[in-house]
Amino acid sequence: MNAPPPAGGWGTHAVSVRYGRRLALDQVTFRVLPGQVSAVVGGDGAGRTTLLRILSGAIGAGGGMVMRPPRIQTGYLAAGSGTYPDLTVAENLAFRAAAYRIPAAVAGPRIQAYLDRAGLLAARDRLAGRLSGGMRQKLGVIAAMLHEPALLVLDEPTTGVDPVSRADLWSLITQAAAAGAAVVFATSYLDEAERAAHVLVLAEGRELAAGSPEQIVAAMPGRVVAAATRPPGPAGMRSWRRDGRWRVWMPDGAGDVPGGGAELVQPDLQDAVTVAILAREPGASPAPATSGTATSGTATGKEG
Amino acid sequence: MWAMIVKEFRQLRRDRRTLAMMIVLPVVLLVVFGYAASFDVSTIPTVVAGPAAAQAPLRAPFQVVDRAPAEGAAWAQNEVRDGHAAVAVVTGTRTVVLIDGSQLFTAKAALSALQAGRTHPTGGPAPQVRVLYNPGLKTSFIMIPGLAGVVLVFVGIIITSLGVVRERQTGTLEQLAVMPLRPRDVFLGKIVPYFAVAAADLAIVLAVGVALFGVPFRGSYAVFALGALLFLFVTLGIGVLISSVSENQGQAIQMSFMFTLPQVLLSGLIFPLSSIAVGVRWISYILPLTYFNEISRGVMLRAEPIGPLWPPLLFLALLGLVVMTLAMLRFRSYLGPAGSGGGRSDAAGAPGAAEAPDPAAAAVAESR
Repeated sequence: MNAPPPAGGWGTHAVSVRYGRRLALDQVTFRVLPGQVSAVVGGDGAGRTTLLRILSGAIGAGGGMVMRPPRIQTGYLAAGSGTYPDLTVAENLAFRAAAYRIPAAVAGPRIQAYLDRAGLLAARDRLAGRLSGGMRQKLGVIAAMLHEPALLVLDEPTTGVDPVSRADLWSLITQAAAAGAAVVFATSYLDEAERAAHVLVLAEGRELAAGSPEQIVAAMPGRVVAAATRPPGPAGMRSWRRDGRWRVWMPDGAGDVPGGGAELVQPDLQDAVTVAILAREPGASPAPATSGTATSGTATGKEG
Repeated sequence: MWAMIVKEFRQLRRDRRTLAMMIVLPVVLLVVFGYAASFDVSTIPTVVAGPAAAQAPLRAPFQVVDRAPAEGAAWAQNEVRDGHAAVAVVTGTRTVVLIDGSQLFTAKAALSALQAGRTHPTGGPAPQVRVLYNPGLKTSFIMIPGLAGVVLVFVGIIITSLGVVRERQTGTLEQLAVMPLRPRDVFLGKIVPYFAVAAADLAIVLAVGVALFGVPFRGSYAVFALGALLFLFVTLGIGVLISSVSENQGQAIQMSFMFTLPQVLLSGLIFPLSSIAVGVRWISYILPLTYFNEISRGVMLRAEPIGPLWPPLLFLALLGLVVMTLAMLRFRSYLGPAGSGGGRSDAAGAPGAAEAPDPAAAAVAESR
């Protein structure tokens, strides 16, 4: 039986982590609820992996509070598949089952079922090192969820994976949540984050925005317009390339885009996150979308 | 081409271990071969027994370490067996010279000195010479007990260091760190297979040595096993230590090589310890293989009992304890948090917590 989470779910409260002199996480609060999929997004060096390592118990926090189930009820996929390339698929899962003390009578059928769900049945006797990238990631994910943990922590499970395997992985992830697990994953893909119930946006170790994708979009200050060309002047510094056009953030929510020809667009999570990053720029106004604070940023004029 | 040269130099400059190996290793080899590598035996520790023991005029290369006029042949032979002397001279009606054949080059030097007539131990008629333990002075008799140690060094240090560092390279170490396994279990789980393989290797080497080369095994299997166990304890610990400070398998091999080479060259396996220059010989006495050689040759060839072998056994036990403790501590930090927390993040991670009767109590609320 899995440990019931504390009120408010598993997660962190004002957690900070420092690597040497570098502050990797600064007062980050994050909640992961049972039966929900939560996403952690952010750019390179944002602190996503550090936060997930904290949640999994791989590292300790320098300050703050961490709420997580005991290890035997935590599943973790580190960056990379975390599987042994010189063991077969079945041997990798058998090792994981033994490490998490799953009785043999339960482990056998469960491994079979997970392999089936992941589409890896035919590869069960293949060395993990000889699997394709997507198959290896799927193996890593089912290895992390084999013991049916209360908290499932997945670090970039779909990075470098083809669309079909991504769909398979998403099926596995949502099934784990449907079975009651609190699932948290880190991703660089904002379209994936949009599928999560709760999203935390990190930048340079700090919380930039948090909430449901809809809440983050709704809290976005100003408006976003689309233009055929990059506008000149300050507006150009608040623009980014997307879908063959230029998106421009209008912080005050009014005024025309220099050069004309721009049309208002309905922002989505990707727009809202980009705006949140732009809003960190000194002098940008109004304040960013959510409770998060910001330090500095240069994400202007992006090719995105 | 110039770009390639510059790039290689830049990479080499940052790979300090390889650079150190390229510079240090030739110097080490030069010192070892220049000062240490010698088959020439200039002094032979000798005991003299029997009624004329006090007067027996022994000259170089024989160096008298004890004279016992009241003792006889049995005492003299025990002195040789227990490694206190390489040669024993028993005076009496006819002088008998006992030579320890398990010290091959020393025995050859003693025979050579006696046959050249430079030294007649008692100054009288030519003595009766008996070469003990290895009468044919076969090289295989002394090499195979020593090679058994080399096998243990190879498996214990090189293979073990590769096995552990592989976890780091494949990214599975972090996975192990979050599993409900105690560091001690992971540590033992990693080294027990290598221990078993090394033990099997040792048995094979000994079986082949005895069956194919006719090397005798005259002593106690239990004493030999104890020596091998302690020695393996040390080598496995060194292997884990190396792996814990290596980023990849290449570095692990480099460091293992740095540990293995001196053992092969300076442990008395090839060159007699007494022939190694004093300035370098101290290194021999901190190498575990030196002590294992002493045990394996003593037990296999001379049927040496455990009594006189306690110093090497004790040394290996102490060294093993130190090395294994360091290895275990390194391994714990290796598996533990690298974050700013400074300590393992969870009492919660311990299996005990996971098994707590109240699952809610088992959950972690870690506050700092």
